[in-house]
Amino acid sequence: MAVSTRRQLSLRPSPFVATMLLVLALFVVALLRSGSMSITGQALLTGLIAGGVYSLLAMGLSLIFGVLDIVNFAHGSFLAIGLFVTYEVVHQTGANPYVALPVAIVVLFVLGALLQLLVLNRTMGSSLESQLLITLGLSLLISNALLLFFGGDPLSANLHNDPGVHIFGAVANLSRVIAFVGALVLALLLYVLLEKTSFGRAIRAVAANRQGAGLVGIDVRMIYAVTFGLGTACAGAAGMFIAPFTTITPTAGDQFNILAFVVVVMGGLGNIMGALVSGLIVGLVEQLGGVAIAGQSPLLSVFILFLLILLIRPQGIFGAKSS
Amino acid sequence: MLELDNIAAGYGKLQILHELSIHVRPGELVSVVGANGAGKTTTLRVISGLIGTMGGQVRYDGEVITGLRAHQLVKRGIVQVSEDRDLFGPMTVEENLVLGAWTRRKAAINEELERIFELFPILLERRRQAAQTMSGGQQQMLAIGRALMAKPKVLMLDEPSTGLSPKMTWDVLNAASAIRDSGVSVLLVEQNAAQALAISDRAYVLESGSVVLEGPGRELAGDERVKKAYLGL
Ligand SMILES: Nc1ncnc2c1ncn2[C@@H]1O[C@H](COP(=O)(O)OP(=O)(O)O)[C@@H](O)[C@H]1O
Ligand SMILES: [Mg+2]
Repeated sequence: MAVSTRRQLSLRPSPFVATMLLVLALFVVALLRSGSMSITGQALLTGLIAGGVYSLLAMGLSLIFGVLDIVNFAHGSFLAIGLFVTYEVVHQTGANPYVALPVAIVVLFVLGALLQLLVLNRTMGSSLESQLLITLGLSLLISNALLLFFGGDPLSANLHNDPGVHIFGAVANLSRVIAFVGALVLALLLYVLLEKTSFGRAIRAVAANRQGAGLVGIDVRMIYAVTFGLGTACAGAAGMFIAPFTTITPTAGDQFNILAFVVVVMGGLGNIMGALVSGLIVGLVEQLGGVAIAGQSPLLSVFILFLLILLIRPQGIFGAKSS
Repeated sequence: MLELDNIAAGYGKLQILHELSIHVRPGELVSVVGANGAGKTTTLRVISGLIGTMGGQVRYDGEVITGLRAHQLVKRGIVQVSEDRDLFGPMTVEENLVLGAWTRRKAAINEELERIFELFPILLERRRQAAQTMSGGQQQMLAIGRALMAKPKVLMLDEPSTGLSPKMTWDVLNAASAIRDSGVSVLLVEQNAAQALAISDRAYVLESGSVVLEGPGRELAGDERVKKAYLGL
């Protein structure tokens, strides 16, 4: 009666294990190159912390792809809006930047849902190229709107007091630790929403079969709008969390666009938990790679990893080979 | 209770249905038979709001429902089991069933689940299994069970016997009769004309998007033209 899932004994490591071995190798190389445990340990901590934010950001992107089949190239711009919402809240009220968290989540949720209903809905089911043009266009529109309202000068939304926190001999600013913990808490909440609530079940149903979802009476258009809103809210929250230690400019989101995309592909398109784990890996690879291949942009090692994945494992490092 | 009046419909500019009129009364099992490509599935898509119309009206309990979207029709009790079954493949049997009751109060769900498990015991046995790992016949039962979770007043079945063994086909058609006997109107689309006509109160024969014959199921089963064209006799 039980379905037998035959496992073959294989000496080839799973793609996930292979990736972790790669991270370990990078750690060793970084240690040898720098000759310093404290530098390498610092990279480990910084990478893990940055990765938590990538995870949250990429989960939103992956959710949007999984449910709506849209590759959203404006995702980084929504993060930028989160930065500016935080700046505006701090600037106007003088409050602690974390007061902006619920504001950023609500603003980005509403904005995303409305954009989906009014603009992107028309592109549903259209070719990848036209989606690419529309979301890239949207991204330019957002950057320019931010430029128009806030100007191009770098802004900040720092904590008044941002002490260093010592963790296993390495140091991270309090704001970064909060970003890490906060991002993971929100990521977990998103997971619970999707897996444990009936609304989340409906979202998964639309992802699995949109016609079937319509046939059981789910309002598929409403689910599309809410899901897109949830995805952009993830970007907004990620933007808020990094605002205290980030230079706020209208194009500050662009590099995150690429990073989130790498994380999503690595985790498997539409695989939310895959994005969560992959975000941490990408953060580690970025920082350890920065030490191992000193003198280059830390992004170099991320792109090498991305290329490897595209070549060897385009379906991502989790789960089985899919069509 | 369900009436299609002079329906014209199709895909893009291509018209498939022409002046199509059919109706289903309360508690009736009505079948629509016809060759592959005759427009049977297109007819059900029109009723379910999955495609629009180019002309004509769909009425339900006196209300014009043409142009309503799929989810609004489910709320009114018009539920379809599509040709492709459209199950939520990676989700469990139980999740599929629970989603079937999306338009209903939460409190009603457990009671309804028990009823479905009584009708299709195999679903109880497999409740924790992913829908996509079940056999064709089990998937068909799940699709019907999921539709019943919505407590339909009109249940539409599009070729439920596709891909099933003759024995399974009878099981499914018997289930359709039982559902009718429980007071639900059933609109059954089948290429297996002989079996469908045998259990139908009334039937329509569709050809190139129009009704060419209609009458009580047994009468049509004995009709020379039907015998020749669809029953291979
Ligand atoms: N999505 C579609 N786009 C264009 N033409 C379609 C589509 N679906 C069906 N058709 C055409 O409509 C006609 C009727 O199809 P259908 O209603 O599925 O017939 P049946 O269910 O009776 O086999 C066929 O000629 C088919 O090719
Ligand atoms: Mg058909």
